[in-house]
Amino acid sequence: MDKSPQMSSPAPAPMARPDWLGLLARSRPAHLAALMPDPLPDHHLLRAPEIGAVMLRGRAGATGAPFNLGEMTVTRCSLRLSCGTVGHGYVQGRDRSHALRAAALDALLQTAEGAALQTRILTLLAAAEAEARQTRAAKAAATKVEFFTLVRGEDA
Amino acid sequence: MIAPDTLSGGLADPATDAARAFRACLTALSRPGTIVALRGAQPPAPLSIAAGTLLLTLLDGTTPIFLAPSHDTPAVRDWITFHCGAPFAPAEEAAFALGTWAALQPVIRFAIGQPDYPDRACTLIIECPALSANGPRLRGPGIKDSAHLSLPETAAFQANRALFPLGFDAFLTAGDQLAGLPRSTIVEDI
Amino acid sequence: MYVAVKGGERAIDNAHAFLAEERRGDMAVAEIGTDQIREQLRLAVNRVMAEGSLYDPDLAALAIKQARGDLIEAVFLIRAYRTTLPRLGHATPVETAQMAVTRRISATFKDAPGGQILGPTFDYTHRLLDFTLMANGEAPNAPQALTKASPVPHITTFLGRDGLIEAAQPDDTPPPDLTREPMELPASRATRLQAITRGDEGFILSLAYSTQRGYGRTHAFVGELRIGMVEVEMDIPELGFAICIGEVELTECETVNQFKGSKTEPPQFTRGYGLTFGQNERKSIAMSLVDRALRWKELGEDFTGAPAQDEEFVLMHADNVQATGFLEHIKLPHYVDFQSELELIRKLRAEAMAQNEAAE
Repeated sequence: MDKSPQMSSPAPAPMARPDWLGLLARSRPAHLAALMPDPLPDHHLLRAPEIGAVMLRGRAGATGAPFNLGEMTVTRCSLRLSCGTVGHGYVQGRDRSHALRAAALDALLQTAEGAALQTRILTLLAAAEAEARQTRAAKAAATKVEFFTLVRGEDA
Repeated sequence: MIAPDTLSGGLADPATDAARAFRACLTALSRPGTIVALRGAQPPAPLSIAAGTLLLTLLDGTTPIFLAPSHDTPAVRDWITFHCGAPFAPAEEAAFALGTWAALQPVIRFAIGQPDYPDRACTLIIECPALSANGPRLRGPGIKDSAHLSLPETAAFQANRALFPLGFDAFLTAGDQLAGLPRSTIVEDI
Repeated sequence: MYVAVKGGERAIDNAHAFLAEERRGDMAVAEIGTDQIREQLRLAVNRVMAEGSLYDPDLAALAIKQARGDLIEAVFLIRAYRTTLPRLGHATPVETAQMAVTRRISATFKDAPGGQILGPTFDYTHRLLDFTLMANGEAPNAPQALTKASPVPHITTFLGRDGLIEAAQPDDTPPPDLTREPMELPASRATRLQAITRGDEGFILSLAYSTQRGYGRTHAFVGELRIGMVEVEMDIPELGFAICIGEVELTECETVNQFKGSKTEPPQFTRGYGLTFGQNERKSIAMSLVDRALRWKELGEDFTGAPAQDEEFVLMHADNVQATGFLEHIKLPHYVDFQSELELIRKLRAEAMAQNEAAE
């Protein structure tokens, strides 16, 4: 997947599964629910929405041996649509219905409906995320220091 | 990637079902010789319902499991990975070991804990053809006078008892039945 | 004499009711919402997440509200909650080089590639109370500058190119987890970093300060301090590939430490490392100083007896939940313990007096 967190615009090409799963993980529950209102398609729960913790790791000196940094809350869910397609949702935070919705959408995106849903839902989620990131980056950029050299040592 | 058909068979209501199953495990282990019912999981063959439910109740990402050849199948591995998240480990490093008694041999290779951490021992899950209150006599903590249980043999459990407070603990499973044999139990031939 | 007593149930219930009322304060004042705490007291939220060792701003805000702003009590609540969560697994180590930085400064290189980005900092404020915050509230609006995505490489990579700084050796040993296994001494650097990043900010700050004042001096410069969002990735077995499961704000500090060389190492710069949840730069800088001080043995330095060099002292006292639990338990009933002390003192006094009388 694209590692750059500063990705500035949503990919025009169809999004690959790892990318859409990541986008759903980071999406705001209210935004996804607005784009994909109830009722969800018929499904059988393989793993009911489950709130848990994932241990995050850093590396000593940023590139050395890993160490345990602390946990974050994650909610996951797995289901099977009546057509047999399996979807998995892993979302940040503790919102069970968000995880359920993400899993249902993951499954639907693998079906014939997928292309339409990419346009109707993923593109909008990606655009919202890109805009939020861009705004924050622009505010940070405004605090970048421009140095003016007053006197150079060798000139004095 | 895990084959979709191994993703089913978990607990229907994980919080309640796992709590009930844990209660059954406690009863089995604290009252050696008592046979309790343990249901909830629908695991892939050759896992019994009791062993599958036990795995869902006791395993997580921090409990490495050893699969003896009798139970080391892709379906069992996938099912454990999806539902428990437990990593697979060689016999010597495992917190749990699963298999038939014959397939688990030699049992002396499993961890028996350390004097300062006796809890770092392996728990064996022994799949049996059937369980009954006939067989070697059991005495010790949790047993009023004595009990009997259809153990696959006695010598190995006697040797394990001699290591106390170290040694492995064992669950025996058959169908939807569970019995426990902690390292503290004294096993005698009759 | 041992006297078994029970009671106090009603007093305890009423004390809790009184506590709830005091927490709410004057009913004429609007109740504070956890969303307000999350958004407007974010640095308190960050501290509770870092020391509670759980990244969840909503929960940290709730804990702060419930604890009436007592951050150590809030950390305690978070620690208690996290023990109820199933561990779904561990993420792959975060790539801080890929951080979307909101702040990034170097005290060692003025012209660092990627630039000096001040971000939302208290630095350069005059520390004068701003009474407008009390009067009118505010609706601030930060200026924006055009920006294009450009990489912000770690400063230490430049020094590393010339061999002027020790390399961080790539290593994928799974780290021990002190929340799962009892800490064993001597501890690995991985254990130390975990203990420090969840340790009490005040304690780590004081230890770091003590190294600056000469108790285990490490001559630290802030090579780089960066704050920003990082994506978290995790391998998902049922998928067979890794996905992003969320993003977290982190503060990372790398110190560059003067080092004249030792019996085992050539003269070069050495490094201390700090990484914490949220915008948390005091903690992160302090963490990197303490990390560096604790590395004396591996770098072949002398142990000078300084507290910050003493691994057991640092690791066994860094956790404020442990510390406050043991400290505060002495206020709970110790009637029986004290009764025996009283008996002992009476007996010793009687013996001493009898001896004095006999001597006279």
